[in-house]
Amino acid sequence: MTTVRPPISDFDDAFFWEGINSQKLLIQRCGDCSVLRHPPTPICANCGSMNNQATESAGKGSILTWIISQHPTEPDEEPRIVILVQLDEGTRIVSNLIDVAPTHDQVLNDKRVEVCFVDYDGTILPQFRLAEMQS
Amino acid sequence: MSGKRAVIAGIGHTEFSQNSGRSTMQLAAEASLASIRDAGFSPTEVDGTVTFSMDTNDELALIRSLGVPMLRFCARTRGGGGGASATVQLAAAAVESGQADAVLVYRAFNERSGHRFGQPVQANPDPVWNWASPFSLNTPAKVYSLTFQRYMYEFGLTNEDFGRYTVVARDWASTNPNAQFYERPITLQDHQDSRWIVEPILRKLDCCLESDGGVALLITTAERAAAHGSDAVPILASSAIQLEGGHEMFAYYHDDLCEYPEGRVLGEQLYRQAGITAADIDVAMIYENFSPIVFLQLEAFGFCGRGEASDFIKDGHIGRGGSLPTNTNGGLLGEGYIHGMNNIVEGVRQLRGTSSNQISGAEHVLVSAGRSGIILGR
Repeated sequence: MTTVRPPISDFDDAFFWEGINSQKLLIQRCGDCSVLRHPPTPICANCGSMNNQATESAGKGSILTWIISQHPTEPDEEPRIVILVQLDEGTRIVSNLIDVAPTHDQVLNDKRVEVCFVDYDGTILPQFRLAEMQS
Repeated sequence: MSGKRAVIAGIGHTEFSQNSGRSTMQLAAEASLASIRDAGFSPTEVDGTVTFSMDTNDELALIRSLGVPMLRFCARTRGGGGGASATVQLAAAAVESGQADAVLVYRAFNERSGHRFGQPVQANPDPVWNWASPFSLNTPAKVYSLTFQRYMYEFGLTNEDFGRYTVVARDWASTNPNAQFYERPITLQDHQDSRWIVEPILRKLDCCLESDGGVALLITTAERAAAHGSDAVPILASSAIQLEGGHEMFAYYHDDLCEYPEGRVLGEQLYRQAGITAADIDVAMIYENFSPIVFLQLEAFGFCGRGEASDFIKDGHIGRGGSLPTNTNGGLLGEGYIHGMNNIVEGVRQLRGTSSNQISGAEHVLVSAGRSGIILGR
């Protein structure tokens, strides 16, 4: 059983984690100039607007880079594949790849992935699976 | 050289160990007093301090141990080890502007016997960790490996390539009596036999040597140093670069994950200030929490091209007799990890001609902490 450290939601990030709890992957979008940004910021660096909106990501992207997370001296810890996803909308997010065996004899870079939502003992996280149709 | 130019007039440090057996304040005070005396100064002449924002040794507690009666300049750097050379930038700015006459730079911790930076974070220390620790990115080794993996993928590297750096660092350390790995060189096979930390990216011997110890520098102007008879080393350039969207640990959001953009901009700044090029650097001291960060910096500073660091190291450039002797004290993997400050001490020694691994005729030394750096020169 994977145990996760829950995120600490503060003012600037609250909308993101509320979205995750409703199974939506949200990306902060400036209400004035429409620029997307992640991680979120309180003011749009592009135009100075505080009219912060969010748009729902289609949840599709590709793996830029990945590691297998396993503590070297705590063998009981469940290994997890950590990925940096380039979302098709243009922003990036750190997440995990699930339903893939955590082994090194594979190349995951540039593989297409799709978001899903997993409840880890009360903490819902955005996670990714390999896309069924590789494009 | 102008008499107003900032110089490093004194260096001081404790032993570097796995268990100092004393307080971090004592380490800070011992190193500080040694640096002040090394410069030929009296503590009563110190009127400024610089340390890391992370340092736990309060300035006022420290000056009560040293007999410094008054401070008129106190500053701290942002971030972690990436700010090591920024301490010198701040101190140099203070003495060159007249805000202070003699600035003590110090950093001391029990980073092995006390709080170890390499351990998993127990709580999100900063909102930026929200985007990492829930997904199991909870140690520096994992956080950095996520960028190193792309670099390895792009250029077809294996962990053995990183091991060749460690072999060189341990060779330098083996002839440096201050190094924790003094007289303990390794082979590439030894490196490959060490256990995985983040398979297949980092092994144990790719990681810096968490250490206890203190380092201090006394920074003043050339004319004051001359009046005190200091063996002073001029600071020819100093800069610290922060880029929008950048981060020392979570460097995930810039366009090209296979380059170190802060280092590239830093190099441009330093070479311009010093009026030299990469080819003029005789010795490079390069901060390495993990061996791959050396590769990214060698490329960022123009010592070799993009993706070429592995061959540059394999061809012997950074070792004994090479074109760019690098981390000649053994670096943070071989001498000890005092948050990068011990690399500045070695840079000074190379220009004084007092290094255990002296490079003859060294005139320009780059001391890089990745996103902050200095060029020292004669």
